[in-house]
Amino acid sequence: MTDTSEAPPVDGVPVTIDGVEILAAKGELIIDAAERNGVYIPRFCYHPRMEPVGMCRMCIAEVDTGRGPALQPTCMLECTPGMVVHTDSEVTKKAQEGVLEFLLINHPLDCPVCDKGGECPLQDQAVSHGPGESRFVEEKRHKEKPIPVSDLVLLDRERCILCDRCTRFAKDVAGDPLIHFINRGNNTEVNTFPGEPFASYFSGNTVQICPVGALTSSDYRFKARPWDLEKTESTCTTCAVGCRVSIESSRNEVLRYQGVDIDPVNWGWLCDKGRYNLAALDSESRLRDPLVKGPGGAFEVARWSDALRAAANAIQAGLDAGGPGAVAFLGGARLTNESAYAFTKLAKGVIGTDHVDCQLADGMPAEAVLGLPKATIDDVCAPGGTVLLIGPDLKEELPVLFLRLRHAVLRDGVRLVQLTSVPNGCSSLASVVLQHRPGEAHEVVRALFADIPAGRDGGGVNPQALDQARALLRSAGDPTAILGRQSIAEGAEWVLDAATALLDAAPATRFLTAVRRGNTHGALDMGMAPGLLPGRATLAEGRDWFAPRWPTVPAAAGHDAVGILQAAAAGQIHTLVLLGADPLTDFPDRQLAARALSTVPNLVAVDLYITESVQHASVVLAAAGFGEIDGTTTNLEGRVSVLNQKVTPPGTARADWEIAAELALRLGSDLQVESVDDLRAEMAELAPSWAGVTDELLFSVDAADGVVLPLPTATATEPDAADADAAAAEGQSAAEGEAGESDADTPAATGPVRPGLVSFAGGEPLDPPALDAYSLRLIATRTLYDQGTFTQLTPSLAGLAPGTVLRVHAYDHDRLGVPSGTELRVKTPIGSVRAVVVTDPAVLRGTAVAVFNQPDVPLNELIDATQRVTDVRIEAGDR
Amino acid sequence: MARLTPENEILAREIIGRYPRPKSALIPLLHLAQEQDGYVTDDAMAHIAELVGVTSAEVLGTCSFYEMFKLHPCGRYVINVCTNIACMLCGGDELLHHAEETLGITAGATTPDGLFTIEAVECIAACTEAPALQVNYRYRYKVDNDAFDSLVDDLRAGRLNDEIPPHGTLARVRQHIPDDKRAFIVSPEEAAAAGEPAWMHAHETPSVEGGA
Ligand code: SF4
Ligand code: SF4
Ligand code: FES
Ligand code: FES
Repeated sequence: MTDTSEAPPVDGVPVTIDGVEILAAKGELIIDAAERNGVYIPRFCYHPRMEPVGMCRMCIAEVDTGRGPALQPTCMLECTPGMVVHTDSEVTKKAQEGVLEFLLINHPLDCPVCDKGGECPLQDQAVSHGPGESRFVEEKRHKEKPIPVSDLVLLDRERCILCDRCTRFAKDVAGDPLIHFINRGNNTEVNTFPGEPFASYFSGNTVQICPVGALTSSDYRFKARPWDLEKTESTCTTCAVGCRVSIESSRNEVLRYQGVDIDPVNWGWLCDKGRYNLAALDSESRLRDPLVKGPGGAFEVARWSDALRAAANAIQAGLDAGGPGAVAFLGGARLTNESAYAFTKLAKGVIGTDHVDCQLADGMPAEAVLGLPKATIDDVCAPGGTVLLIGPDLKEELPVLFLRLRHAVLRDGVRLVQLTSVPNGCSSLASVVLQHRPGEAHEVVRALFADIPAGRDGGGVNPQALDQARALLRSAGDPTAILGRQSIAEGAEWVLDAATALLDAAPATRFLTAVRRGNTHGALDMGMAPGLLPGRATLAEGRDWFAPRWPTVPAAAGHDAVGILQAAAAGQIHTLVLLGADPLTDFPDRQLAARALSTVPNLVAVDLYITESVQHASVVLAAAGFGEIDGTTTNLEGRVSVLNQKVTPPGTARADWEIAAELALRLGSDLQVESVDDLRAEMAELAPSWAGVTDELLFSVDAADGVVLPLPTATATEPDAADADAAAAEGQSAAEGEAGESDADTPAATGPVRPGLVSFAGGEPLDPPALDAYSLRLIATRTLYDQGTFTQLTPSLAGLAPGTVLRVHAYDHDRLGVPSGTELRVKTPIGSVRAVVVTDPAVLRGTAVAVFNQPDVPLNELIDATQRVTDVRIEAGDR
Repeated sequence: MARLTPENEILAREIIGRYPRPKSALIPLLHLAQEQDGYVTDDAMAHIAELVGVTSAEVLGTCSFYEMFKLHPCGRYVINVCTNIACMLCGGDELLHHAEETLGITAGATTPDGLFTIEAVECIAACTEAPALQVNYRYRYKVDNDAFDSLVDDLRAGRLNDEIPPHGTLARVRQHIPDDKRAFIVSPEEAAAAGEPAWMHAHETPSVEGGA
């Protein structure tokens, strides 16, 4: 990758490369300046996203800085004025041939059996820059091949050319220096410490950047030859970072994902979960056809027409029993934007229910995600900035965002102030860690900007740390904040309280909302939350706009996930549609979910698998998955990027939006969309935040990195809903001009005003309830690998879920009177689990920390989703 | 296989205290580990990694770079026979063969009684006294077969115990630097912040993870 996105250098450095005078940027390396000007210098160790080390000498060229030409590694040398570089002189060529011959001395002739063969820089450059013939007749070295350096990565040491890319990546980029050069000289090899595998969340990147076939992925080894692979670009939807990937398939089977370098998001990196979970899409458990439960209670494969009819009947039954309010939709945060729009239109525009929530009480309210002043990843990572992290462990939940932040802190002087109840994987990056009691982040925020009122203690944070953080913030400009849920044992209200307090004290703060599931932002944008309509319009403001365009609009705001499940458990919801949701596993409160699913008379599921929750459904509609359909997705910044289909869905599985359209038809209403393009056109026309997002724009070169919504022009001309019609008409035409759309003659000109975008109002923060002396407040964190369906259905990842213990402070542990490491009963008013309880000095007194969704300790048995906190008691008596 | 003993761990912490950054104590700690067990065990490396806050792989990387750290058990006496050019011309190879035959092992191996390890090494900077060898890094010059035999006899009989301690011994008098006698410890960052010396901040050092 070259930084072609960078603006052309203003005050350049004139250098001559192969007789052509060019302008290099100040500080630009010769190798980059040459590439930017069409001269490719061969290289192995240089990687533009890592510090150069000059390890391989392949990039050597004759460089004259005024003292006569000399051979220099061009990846280590910055351009200086008047420099003359010869990349194709006799001397340079001889040097390059020498380097290659030297590298090939010990390189085995593995090409025919090597995964890299065909896309191998060593092969390619041996042909383009090598001597063509080897003078080496001696025996080459032999090493055991391959050795596993982790569950996911294999190493053929004899193929390694010691370029230091993998080891540099592990140390400098990922911060997991678990592979290292071992031994010296001719015996040097990359390896791990015996018994300590390269257990990094980012290990797959080393396979991608290894310039030879020394590192290979265990799940891709021998699967394909590069020239047989067909590729298309897309965006990873495993989490909300939205890393750009290339989907690579052969014979209609996806075989691997490779990271694609885009500047604003992932810089070419992927996490291992995103890279390797493709096996789940091809798993045995994948639904290939729709299912309908037969009279005996067993699923039977059905024809689509029958299954859709059954599903529509189920919805109709709900409508008949209790009107639109008796139908609810849960899930959808993994849909494409188009499918999310289609389902919103089905639910809100056809059925007329507002009981729709794409999150399972484990994310953040739409008001915060859509309504807070937004920051992009680049804003957060801008050199020299100050970032408040009030949220989850990014390393576990949004891994590549963690990499970006890590780079920003270690290389670009960004300072991080972390507010957390328990230190985590981001804490080592923080200048200050403010450890506070659960639910009191807003107190800390206030204390950061003003004196602590008498009788309060700023959430219990250490006063020195607080002073440090204050000093840091005083010396900084406007902060940016990464805001999310650090514990799902606490309600999301605390997060809102923190945001309110922060906006009060520092109104210029901008937020990156750390939602987790792939397209949460997009689904919310499309209105998949109670009280919302597509395009970030509130139901109240958007009703008049959507009413003439949709068959119907919900009468009143509906329930969120907790409300939906409560209503279902109370018998008020007659039909529940699960859109890829598995509340029994993912909803924090398993008991409520179980009551709801067993009570609701009609359960319809649209899913890729028969999850535990889907077992309860009477109809299951098999949906197409990632890489099987076209569409768009929106990452946590609000960046819309294009998803491309690479393979066909298995069996008869269908795109979600088609399912929505078919259901609408059977409910007597035509969604009037026949393709993803139709849907997008309608979204751009109707959804205010999508104004101007035309296909011409989305598929243009300028939008290769995606477009962040709302488009600047769209907001600039966005009519304030409270404004007069004139302003609205003006705004409309301005948006038209920009987007070149054709809806100028829609009712907009005369009819209701296009609604404005929802904004964050916040509310008066509450104090958390008091903790009784015998209880500990539970903090439920997450790890990257857990019991989630995609992880569990990927054989190489399934075993990586680490399990959990309950960590408590030594003071609290002493009161139990049993040694650390004893398995004990942990109780809340609604449930109990057994867990090994250990002391941990990092844990705050009065709190207990465990990981959610792990195999051994089902925390969702303990959490009561209707409470704002979860207080547990540990019973030492009963072992 | 052993971690550092409690006594050595105390010592290790003292050694770490002599440096502005714990990681700088890596090599002295490896010596300590080698002194304890005669070679550097995996457990000791893992322990050192914990003590200085790096990964075990990084400790192994450093340790395996240096010839004098042994990663496998070796004899009480490690005999390095030079076979580089000057010694070779003066009979180094023959001396090595004689050593191998006398002790019944090949270069790189250890006698079953755990007393001797023989290694063929490159120039040990005693070319004027070729052929040369070292026993636990103590020199013997112009060694012929007879001299080698009597050296082995003396070592077996313990006649050289005073001069040649067991392999791994760094010094027989332990150096203790009291807190108030320690050199003024300044980290490069602090020095740079103090405005000198200039070379220290010529290159911007990235801030250190975990430095908070
Ligand atoms: S394994 Fe690959 S990336 Fe790592 S040093 Fe060897 S050649 Fe380079
Ligand atoms: S960080 Fe998220 S988006 Fe990026 S590769 Fe991992 S799972 Fe996919
Ligand atoms: S690319 Fe410059 S030395 Fe390797
Ligand atoms: S060659 Fe043997 S000491 Fe120099």
